[in-house]
Amino acid sequence: MTLAPPRPGTLVKVRGVIGESPQRPDAADKVKGEFAYASDLRADGMLVGSTLRSPHAHARIRSIDVSKARAMPGVRAVLTAADLPTRELIGLMKLDQPVLARDVVCYVGEPVALVAADDVDRAVAAAKAIAVDYEPLAPVSDPVAALRPGALQVHEKGNIIDSVRVVHGDVRATADVVVSGEYEVAMQDQAALGPEAGLAIPDEDGGVTLHVATQWLHEDLRQIAPALGLPERKVRLVLAGVGGAFGAREDISLQVHCCLLALATKRPVRMSYGREESFFGHVHRHPARMWYEHGATKDGRLVYVRATVVLDGGAYASSSPAVVANASCFAAGPYRVANALVHGVAAYTTNPPAGAMRGFGAVQTCFAYEAQMDKLAAACGLDPVEIRVRNGLREGDAIITSQPMVGSAPVAEIVRRCADLPLPAERIPTDPLLLPGGTGNLTAGEGVVRATGYAAGFKNVCYSHGFDDSTTARVRLMRDARGPIARVHTAAAEVGQGVVSVMLQVTRTELGLERVELDTPDTSVGSAGSSSASRLTWMAGGAVQAACREVVVELDRRAAARGVSRRDVGLPALLDEPIDRTVTYRHRPTEALNETTQNHGHVAFLFAAHRATVDVDLGTGLVRVVQVATAQDVGKAINPLAVIGQLEGGIAQGLGLAVMEEIQLKDGRVRNPSFTDYLLPTILDMPPVLCDVIEHPHPDAPYGAKGVGEPPTISSTPAIVAAIRAATGKALNRVPVRPDDIVFGNESRSGWRIAPGADPATAERA
Amino acid sequence: MKLSLRLNGADRTADVAPHESLLTALRERFVLPGSKNACDQGECGSCSVLLDGELVCSCLVLAAAAEGREVRTAEGLTPDGGLHPVQRAFVEAGAVQCGFCTPGLIVAADALLRAEPEPTVAEIREALAGNICRCTGYGRIVDAVQRASKGIYE
Repeated sequence: MTLAPPRPGTLVKVRGVIGESPQRPDAADKVKGEFAYASDLRADGMLVGSTLRSPHAHARIRSIDVSKARAMPGVRAVLTAADLPTRELIGLMKLDQPVLARDVVCYVGEPVALVAADDVDRAVAAAKAIAVDYEPLAPVSDPVAALRPGALQVHEKGNIIDSVRVVHGDVRATADVVVSGEYEVAMQDQAALGPEAGLAIPDEDGGVTLHVATQWLHEDLRQIAPALGLPERKVRLVLAGVGGAFGAREDISLQVHCCLLALATKRPVRMSYGREESFFGHVHRHPARMWYEHGATKDGRLVYVRATVVLDGGAYASSSPAVVANASCFAAGPYRVANALVHGVAAYTTNPPAGAMRGFGAVQTCFAYEAQMDKLAAACGLDPVEIRVRNGLREGDAIITSQPMVGSAPVAEIVRRCADLPLPAERIPTDPLLLPGGTGNLTAGEGVVRATGYAAGFKNVCYSHGFDDSTTARVRLMRDARGPIARVHTAAAEVGQGVVSVMLQVTRTELGLERVELDTPDTSVGSAGSSSASRLTWMAGGAVQAACREVVVELDRRAAARGVSRRDVGLPALLDEPIDRTVTYRHRPTEALNETTQNHGHVAFLFAAHRATVDVDLGTGLVRVVQVATAQDVGKAINPLAVIGQLEGGIAQGLGLAVMEEIQLKDGRVRNPSFTDYLLPTILDMPPVLCDVIEHPHPDAPYGAKGVGEPPTISSTPAIVAAIRAATGKALNRVPVRPDDIVFGNESRSGWRIAPGADPATAERA
Repeated sequence: MKLSLRLNGADRTADVAPHESLLTALRERFVLPGSKNACDQGECGSCSVLLDGELVCSCLVLAAAAEGREVRTAEGLTPDGGLHPVQRAFVEAGAVQCGFCTPGLIVAADALLRAEPEPTVAEIREALAGNICRCTGYGRIVDAVQRASKGIYE
C-alpha cells in the first residue's frame, strides 16, 4: 500500500489551533530574561525622567521656583505647567485632568513638575530641588459627604462624576422576607509587577515615538497628541513589554510626560516608576459604600432589590462613569428579580483617582449582593446553594435593566457544578505551615474552625452602552524560502493574559497553516481597543478570524481562476503574490444609557461561581484559605491551559481583596505605598484551585468564545468572606476582612443613613 | 567606584555608585535586565540572583558587596541554543503570563531543586514564598517546579 502525500489544510494536522494549549510565543524569551519590558528599554544618548508630585491632598499652588533645579549639573530640562505647549486636559472618559497641576493640586501624588537629567540620581535630586509654595485647602475625603448639598467642590461642576439610576418594575414592591445591610469595599491596587515605564524618542519631523507599557495604544494616542500640540500622525506609539496591567494601564500615567521631556531636550528619555511612585502613578479600584435591601417570598424567591452605591472616584474621572454603570446594572447579581431600584453615584473627592481594575464595578456590588443572598437564605431556611439555584438567571430571563439573556446563562448549572467539585479532606492540618498564621507558628490547630462559603457573579464582556467597540486586524499570507507564512498585525496589547496565543491559534485554525508570526503592536494599524472588559478573545479573535476569512476568499478566487480547488493545489502554489487583508471587526451595537437604565446596554455576559473553604483561627483572627473551587462558563476555551491560568490568577486577586489587600487612606494620604505594607498573596497564601470550565458557545462570539479574565475575581471574594462568616458567625460587612474584624466582630459603618435605592444626596448622619 | 566580579561565568568590570544596588548594577551597568525591578525592597523576589551560589534579592545587596564574588542571573542559567530544564518546565506548564516575576522564579526554583531534587508541594511553596506573582495564582508554577524536578537534578 502506498500513501498519497498529505494535502495542506486537510490531512496535515495543523498544531496549535483553537482548543489546544500551544506554548505562548513569548514564553521562551520571558523564561530566559530576554523579553524586553518597557523598563528595560535603552537608547543611545538617553536621558532619565523624574516627576515631582504633590504632597498635599488639596492645595492651591502659589508659586513654583525651578531655578535651583535648572542650574544643577546634568539637568537637561525642568518643566512645569507654565512650560506646557497646550492647556489640553487628559482623561479616559472626561477630559478633566491637567498634564501637570497648574493652580491647584487635588490629590497626594498629582504630578506638578518634570525633570530630564543624565541619570536617575540627578533627575531625582533636581525634582527635589524644585520649590513649590502651596496653600493647603480642606481635603474632601468622604465621598458621601461630598455628594451632600453645600459640600466643598473639588472641581467647578460639582462632585458628581456620574450617576446611574436603574428603575425596574414596581419600585415600591413589598415582600414577606426582608434583609438589609450596609457594605464596604476598600481600595485595591492592581499591583502589576512591571512598573509604569516608557521610552520616548524624538523624530526628525518634530514628532515623537513612544515605546510604552499600556493596555490601549490608540486611546493613549488620542490623549497624548493634543496635549503635545501635535497632530496624531506625528505621534507614534509602540507597545513595549508589559509586566501585567489589570486595569492600571488604561489611563495615562507617564506617556505625555515622557514625550514632553523628549521633545524639550531633543533626546531619548526613559521614565520608569519605582514601586512607591507606582502606587501614586496609576488609578486603583474604586472604594465603595453600599446600602442594600432585598425582599423575597418565604420560599426564597426574590421579589425586589433596592440598593444605593457610592463609589469614591477620587480627584479625576478616569473610567468612573463606566464603573458606576456596571456596578448599578449588575447590582442585583445573576438572579431573576422583577422589581429593582438602584442609585449609583461616583463622587469626586481629593483621594487618589480610582478607575479600572479587573471586574470593573461588578466586584464591589457582588460583595454586597452575595452577602445579602446568604442573609436571605438564612432567613428562609435555605442553604446557600439552593437560594442561588432557585433564583439563578436562565436563558431568556431579563436582568434588572430589562435586557434578556441571549445564549447561555447557566447560573443554576455553574452553582451546582461548583458545589459538586470535591471538598478538601475534612481534617484540620497539624503542620503549622498549613494553619492560619503559617510560619508565625501561632496555633497548633486549637481554636481553628473550618467552614465553606459560596458565591456567584456576572458581568458584561466587551464595551457597553453604545460605545463603538472595534478591533482592527491585518493578516498577510505570503511565501518565503521555507514556504507559506502568515503575519498578523493588530494593536492588541499583550499584558500577560495571552491574547498573542489566541491570535496565533485563530490564524492557524482559519488558514490551516502552522507558521504564523505576530507583528509588534503599534499605532500604524487600526485600534484594537483596550485589553480590558475580558474582551480581546472575542474582539481580537473576531478581527483576526474575519481577516483570515477574507484571505481565504482571495485564495479561492486565485484557485478558481486556474480552474483548481484551493485544497488540491495547496497554499504555496497560490502565493506568487502575497495576500494582504485588513478588517475592522465590531460586535453588534449596544444601546446607550437612558434615564431608568431599561435597555439592551450590553453585548453579552460572563458567569462564574466560587466555593471557598477556609480555616479561621478564632483567637488571632487569621484566615487560611484551604481550597477554592470554581465553575465558569467561558463559551469556548480557545486555549484551555491559559483559561486555567486566568481562573487561578483571578481568584488570587479575589483572595487578596477578601483578606489582605487594601490601600489605606488617611485624609487622602496613602499610608502603605510599598509591597512591605500592601500585602499581596504569596504562594503560601494561595490554596489549590479546582476548576470546572464549562463551554456553552455564545451564538455571537467567534467560535462561541465569550472571554474569561474578570469573573474569577468577581465572586471569589464574597465566597471566601461567606466561608469566614460561616466559621465565625460574625457579620463581616467589609473587605478586606481584618483580623480585628474577626476577633472583635467589628462592623464597618460609614456614619451615613441612606434608604437603599435613594439618592445619596439625601444621606443623613446616622 | 570600580566593581569587578564573575558574572554568569565571565570576568566583568564596571563603574558603580557607592550606594548602588547589585540590581541596578546588573540592569544599568552590565545591561542584564533579566533581573527585574518590581518592588525595590526585597519583598517580591523578581530580582533574585545567585551570589556565590546563595539565593539573594539583588535589590537588597550593595553592588560593592559583590566585589570579587560570583553572580549568576536568569540570563546565566540559559544554555546555548536552548532552555534550562526549569525554564522549559515553566514554558510547558503554562506558568508564564506577563512574565515579570518569571526570571526571579526560575533562579529560585533552580536553587530549590539543586538543594532538594524532589521537593514536596509544601517544600515548593515554602521555597518560593519570597517570589510574588500577580498573574498566575501560582498553581501552574507549582506544577512547573514539579515537572522540572522529575529526574533532572539526579
